[in-house]
Amino acid sequence: MAGPLDGLRVVEISHESCAWAGKLLADLGADTIVVEPPGGSWQRQTGPWLDDEPGPERSLWWWYYNTNKQSVVLDLNDAAGRQRFVQLIGEADILLDGERPGRLAELGLDHDDLVADNPRLIHASITPYGRTGPSKDLPATDLTVLAGGGPAWSCGYDDHSLPPIRGGGNQAFHIASHWAVQAVLVALFHRDVTGEGQFIDVSMHAGANVTTELATYGYLSVGEEVQRQTGRHASWVRSMPTQVECADGRFLNTGVLPRTPKQFAAMVAWIDELGLRDEFPLTFLLDEGASRERFDFSQLDEDPMLAEILRAARDVSAFLCERLPAYDVFVGWQRRGMSAGAVYAPDEALADPHVVARGFPTEVSHPEFDRTATYPGAPYQFSATPWAIQRRAPLLGEHQSLVDR
Amino acid sequence: MGAMNQSPPAPEPGYGNVSRHPGPLSGIRICDLSGQLAGAGATRVLAAFGAQVIRIEDPVTKGLWDIVRQLPPYLNGDRSHDGGAGFNNHNVEKLGITIDLRQERGKDLLRQLVKVSDAVTENFAAGVMERLGFGYEQLRDLKADIVYVSNSGFGHSGPYRDFKSWGPIAQAVSGLTWASGLPDKEPAGWGYSYMDHTGGYLMAIGLLAALWHRKRTGEGQWVDMSCSEAAIALNGPALLDATVNGRTMRRPGQPDSNHSEAPAMAPHGIYPCADEDSWAAIACRDDDDWRALAAVVDEPWADPALSLTARKADEEALDKQVAGWTSRRPRDEVVALVRRAGVPCSPVLRPAERCDTDSDNQAWGLFPTVTHTRHGEVRVDGLPVHLSASDWHMGRGGPMLGEHNDRVLSEVLGLTADEISSLRDEKVI
Repeated sequence: MAGPLDGLRVVEISHESCAWAGKLLADLGADTIVVEPPGGSWQRQTGPWLDDEPGPERSLWWWYYNTNKQSVVLDLNDAAGRQRFVQLIGEADILLDGERPGRLAELGLDHDDLVADNPRLIHASITPYGRTGPSKDLPATDLTVLAGGGPAWSCGYDDHSLPPIRGGGNQAFHIASHWAVQAVLVALFHRDVTGEGQFIDVSMHAGANVTTELATYGYLSVGEEVQRQTGRHASWVRSMPTQVECADGRFLNTGVLPRTPKQFAAMVAWIDELGLRDEFPLTFLLDEGASRERFDFSQLDEDPMLAEILRAARDVSAFLCERLPAYDVFVGWQRRGMSAGAVYAPDEALADPHVVARGFPTEVSHPEFDRTATYPGAPYQFSATPWAIQRRAPLLGEHQSLVDR
Repeated sequence: MGAMNQSPPAPEPGYGNVSRHPGPLSGIRICDLSGQLAGAGATRVLAAFGAQVIRIEDPVTKGLWDIVRQLPPYLNGDRSHDGGAGFNNHNVEKLGITIDLRQERGKDLLRQLVKVSDAVTENFAAGVMERLGFGYEQLRDLKADIVYVSNSGFGHSGPYRDFKSWGPIAQAVSGLTWASGLPDKEPAGWGYSYMDHTGGYLMAIGLLAALWHRKRTGEGQWVDMSCSEAAIALNGPALLDATVNGRTMRRPGQPDSNHSEAPAMAPHGIYPCADEDSWAAIACRDDDDWRALAAVVDEPWADPALSLTARKADEEALDKQVAGWTSRRPRDEVVALVRRAGVPCSPVLRPAERCDTDSDNQAWGLFPTVTHTRHGEVRVDGLPVHLSASDWHMGRGGPMLGEHNDRVLSEVLGLTADEISSLRDEKVI
């Protein structure tokens, strides 16, 4: 079965800032051609490496971000290369690029040049600050974008002598690519009615700015600035920790603590199942919570016992974490109707039994190396037009026949 | 009902798509049962491009299926279900109606609405919509080509399908929380619900892609998005290092997310500046960047001849030297000096700076002002894309509870005033 974007032709000028956008489109079935310079994309020079040995076909970065794509090599600095690029664009629906502002215009390959031959072309350009803003010519990386765009201000530790933190995983590129793909799909609907393509300016900096939740809408609405806190929401009001270390050294995000008598009853039953009734000194408070008909939170001031009961819920969470591995607390807590999550490393997440049962880990064949590799799978499951990795990332110039005609 | 006092634009024939500005998605109607930030964040994008997004809310609980309606911070101190600032931010340009789905007449009303909608969106935990009678298969019987998009923490199948989640849980169980932090410290995590944003983006992509397929083929379908799986996919290269090379990610020295191993860069970090809690991020991508930075620093330790390997070999010591240099200068001086040398550098901007003074955000028009029916003008998040021929538009704030009942029921479903008041008398709406 083909994906929902089957029949669309995407051309991507290989760049780390738009590679994820190309992968999202390609994994949904768009026929995606990645244009590499002679010698190959920068991404091929980037680790991690298969068996730790560098090489243009061994970059795991390249492998991941370029699934389902076809590779052609074109020298855009050369007139013949540009001519073949224009021919390629003539049959394309979508062009993705991450070139610095001005570069494509210098080559005569910007949107205005290309629409002459293909007025239906939808061209999305991802740049650090957009094509026209005051900072458009500044160099940037994932780190500097997340620092200037807001996410880093909210991430870090209670101890403010420690720096704000960049969240790992190239998220500035991901944010921009998510926006590029949304905009490209919107532009398809526009084209369907009007017949015209268009140019889409995507700013990584703006993308980071609107991916900051309370930091932005809290300031815009009440003028308060959030302050970073360890492992939980940044806030202008200091909140209780939600990250607790468990018996195996892993952490648990405690989520929402028990708040109803039914949840207290479930907690008591669990303590009894574990044979820990006598070891937890506040079991009597859990019993008291379980025996109540309801909790009236508006009476907290007049009902000191209720405050004690709620404190016991926090204590029991810490008590269980001291005795059990994070996974057991996570699943035990959730099976009893309360939210919580083990703080997995990404590879632990990929091996979780639920994720495996849903078929999320995806085997991709790499025949050149006589092996398969396990990739993260579908971010979304389409019932009629499934997401799929049909083909590993291309070898350099593997599909050159698409342009050598 | 303040909105009723404004004269609506002329209806677009054939769509009943009233009270909308025209946009590239004007022909699309979404019956939106989603909420919180993850669901609302997806449909807000479609609404900004002209889709008619009709939020279905519960009159009995005053819309508090979506707790964001009444979560702080509040607009003008309004602590009611119409005061949540996050709700307003994430529901601009949408219509809001109330339907009591416990009542048969309420269910019937929703069925009528589904029949004239292109898509249904929801982000309840698995099983909730089925119990209400509005799961995908139930609605497919009603409207064969419906596009139905679900966004939940763990997806609608598998052993954890009933587990509860919100952003921080999805981030914890996917590895995003763990992958954000300093070596040998507990994870710093994201400091907000990054996956509510990102889950919303991917939900919008899934919705638009499914609508595109339906437009071409007439075929509807169900898109089941698991927010935690979507989050796992956001650490690809490091995950392949684990699955291909067998390199366990939980090992001494990890995570170390202010540094950069792949691609290898140094110095690469967020460094303290002279004023309290002021920081600058600096990234030397290559030897050229290092030589340029060393020239600016002009201190004995900053040897322009140091190779990347040498800089990486004792990165902690290098960081201390860089931090020593930055901490003796005001942040903006550090940034100006390093930027002038052509090296990637940025201040860690505070919310007030981003929202009020950042020249790029101002030039972009990133925080537009919308009009909330009760609260008047409020600034909100705009979109980080500009489309040359069919750009986004945000004018109207999030809907008040049941604000558009009359309008939607009369103009979309063709109900008479008498029928609507009967629904109101029976507390169906």
